[in-house]
Amino acid sequence: MAAAASLRSVNPTLSPRTLPSPNRSPSFQSPFLRFDSSASFNPKPLVARSAPSPFVTRSAAEAQERKTFHGLCYVVGDNIDTDQIIPAEFLTLVPSNPDEYEKLGSHALVGLPASYADRFVEPGETKTKYSIVIGGENFGCGSSREHAPVCLGAAGAKAVVAQSFARIFFRNSVATGEVYPLDSEVRVCDECKTGDVATVELREGDSVLINHTTGKEYKLKAIGDAGPVIDAGGIFAYARKAGMIPSAAAA
Amino acid sequence: MASSVISSSPFLCKSSQAKDLGFPKPSQISVHRCQKRSISRKIVSVMAPQRSSSSTGSVKTGMTMTEKILAKAAEKSQVVPGDNIWVNVDVLMTHDVCGPGAFGIFKREFGEKAKVWDPEKIVVIPDHYIFTTDQRANRNVDIMREHCREQNIKYFYDITDLGDFRANPDYKGVCHVALAQEGHCRPGEVLLGTDSHTCTAGAFGQFATGIGNTDAGFVLGTGKILLKVPPTMRFILDGEMPSYLQAKDLILQIIGEISVAGATYKTMEFSGTTIESLTMEERMTLCNMVVEAGGKNGVIPPDATTFNYVENRTSVPFEAVYSDGNASFAADYRFDVSKLEPVVAKPHSPDNRALARECKDVKIDRVYIGSCTGGKTEDFMAAAKLLHAAGKQVKVPTFLVPATQKVWMDVYALPVPGADGKTCAQIFEEAGCDTPTSPSCGACLGGPADTYARLNEPQVCVSTTNRNFPGRMGHKEGQIYLASPYTAAASALTGHVTDPREFLQ
Repeated sequence: MAAAASLRSVNPTLSPRTLPSPNRSPSFQSPFLRFDSSASFNPKPLVARSAPSPFVTRSAAEAQERKTFHGLCYVVGDNIDTDQIIPAEFLTLVPSNPDEYEKLGSHALVGLPASYADRFVEPGETKTKYSIVIGGENFGCGSSREHAPVCLGAAGAKAVVAQSFARIFFRNSVATGEVYPLDSEVRVCDECKTGDVATVELREGDSVLINHTTGKEYKLKAIGDAGPVIDAGGIFAYARKAGMIPSAAAA
Repeated sequence: MASSVISSSPFLCKSSQAKDLGFPKPSQISVHRCQKRSISRKIVSVMAPQRSSSSTGSVKTGMTMTEKILAKAAEKSQVVPGDNIWVNVDVLMTHDVCGPGAFGIFKREFGEKAKVWDPEKIVVIPDHYIFTTDQRANRNVDIMREHCREQNIKYFYDITDLGDFRANPDYKGVCHVALAQEGHCRPGEVLLGTDSHTCTAGAFGQFATGIGNTDAGFVLGTGKILLKVPPTMRFILDGEMPSYLQAKDLILQIIGEISVAGATYKTMEFSGTTIESLTMEERMTLCNMVVEAGGKNGVIPPDATTFNYVENRTSVPFEAVYSDGNASFAADYRFDVSKLEPVVAKPHSPDNRALARECKDVKIDRVYIGSCTGGKTEDFMAAAKLLHAAGKQVKVPTFLVPATQKVWMDVYALPVPGADGKTCAQIFEEAGCDTPTSPSCGACLGGPADTYARLNEPQVCVSTTNRNFPGRMGHKEGQIYLASPYTAAASALTGHVTDPREFLQ
């Protein structure tokens, strides 16, 4: 995460002309990229992957690849709207500005009512200790503000597992690559508690959420049409791959 | 309480359930359509829209309005729900909150010297955080000004003098109302905006939906977007609209029926005799809140009302499209509007519907009239009409935020029908309301701490805005009752949530 952010700050205005390879934009904020850029990770980033670069075109062998997120859960309820994820007073922060991107993270989920005893991000911190957010129905409803998935990603969350998502939040998560939006088949928000230790394993066909605290395992729905876009590394990489916009080499 | 609402529901026929609920029978046509959906799709020749450019003479399955607009924009003769298609964008709107981020991504991905795809198809409307001393908010407007200058953006509705909005002739105010007012909402086109209430423009028979900064950055560079064709839910509203009802009541009724996720990923198409009788501003209110049901877009078939409004504001040619008779709908809902009563959405969700009269014991602290949903000229005219009819003083602070500079001028200039030539502003003053303030999104979404009428205390507010999730207008423990302008004005007079019939009959 930090590595990705610094990568971007090193090269915030990279033009396609200067891209080193057609389908790999170092400035793009993809979770995949974060795995790569945190290649020398220790257990702290709570992210692990056991496959080579995801930017390589998928082959039969890579179909077996596993993407894994491991860490603490932060559990919320139904209809968590974008005002609760990032209250409107913080929308003056521009996500494409690296400093303000970090600040957005510090305010993630600060709009939740006082009934949530545990803060997602402790006061004074910019990062969360929770890498998996678990929600109920209609997560991310409300505004189209991209600040919502961005603040969760900026805080260090890797995935949001919810019973269902609001359309624009889901789309913004995919387009930015900030967090993985994953639909659960059952209502996991009733079965997990904030602080539970969990793992999300993304596999071909049968992704799962494993709650190590309770010992239970939950099936996650296939990501569907968003899959190719996420796999490509977001909407820009997808469009370059599809020839919709010039690739670095062509430009 | 909830059950009483359900039992009095005018919700008549959801064809996918095909239940006879004992309510008045829908028309023969609708029964026919309800049944038709269970039969496999027939291949029939397309009911050609006027001047159809995509018609090739080949046989096609019927399409809904939304499917037709998207097919045309994707240069395809046919699309079906679930298709992922690249769509050509006619208008991209952005504002001060998401514009800087969208342009930031555009530059990052296409290069510092990149040019936008079409400087005449981008509309930039500062409206969210304008009348504030928040430096970052002010800076964001400056950033947009720089981008617009550099990119030669034709439609940039700028503001530089924050002391007096009237000194800024280009300044409009709330983007969704300004888009319509300035002729950017045209039937048959595709409008994208970095704001969830972009769906408002569906009132004009336009495909209009909200997108994030990254998608907007992509559109800035390419003029295209990858969209999934949504299935269409049809809402047929028939019957004469009672004089005490407004479009806000209709949409709160519908959201209460289908829930805040009832239309997720779907189109909501509104038709029926009631819709035909609505003015453009009322139709905008209806489509404005489809996103509160999770909808991707809302759409209303254009008619003489639409053409009259649009042709007075733009000379750009457009092509209206309509759902085919044999189009496939994901669901049909029918409402008999003549039986409806004024409703509110209680805290903390737009689908938490209740009859206004059932909430008469709810004591309130303030009333807010404004926003893209409830801050248009007709919204203020309605509130003023009720206050004039009552001839009383408001009992709680009543805040008025016209959506645009044009609305503000109307509030001060137009005589309210049946009010002895008085303007809204005169009536509001006599009733003891706060003076109508500078047009912007105001306190609808909280905003910077110094935003006018922001809910800074855990108070109860009746508001003509669109969302009432915790913290929406500022304070996390604040309680927002969403209501029509009539209900808001009536509530201001009593200090409780009040059914407007107490003053209108």
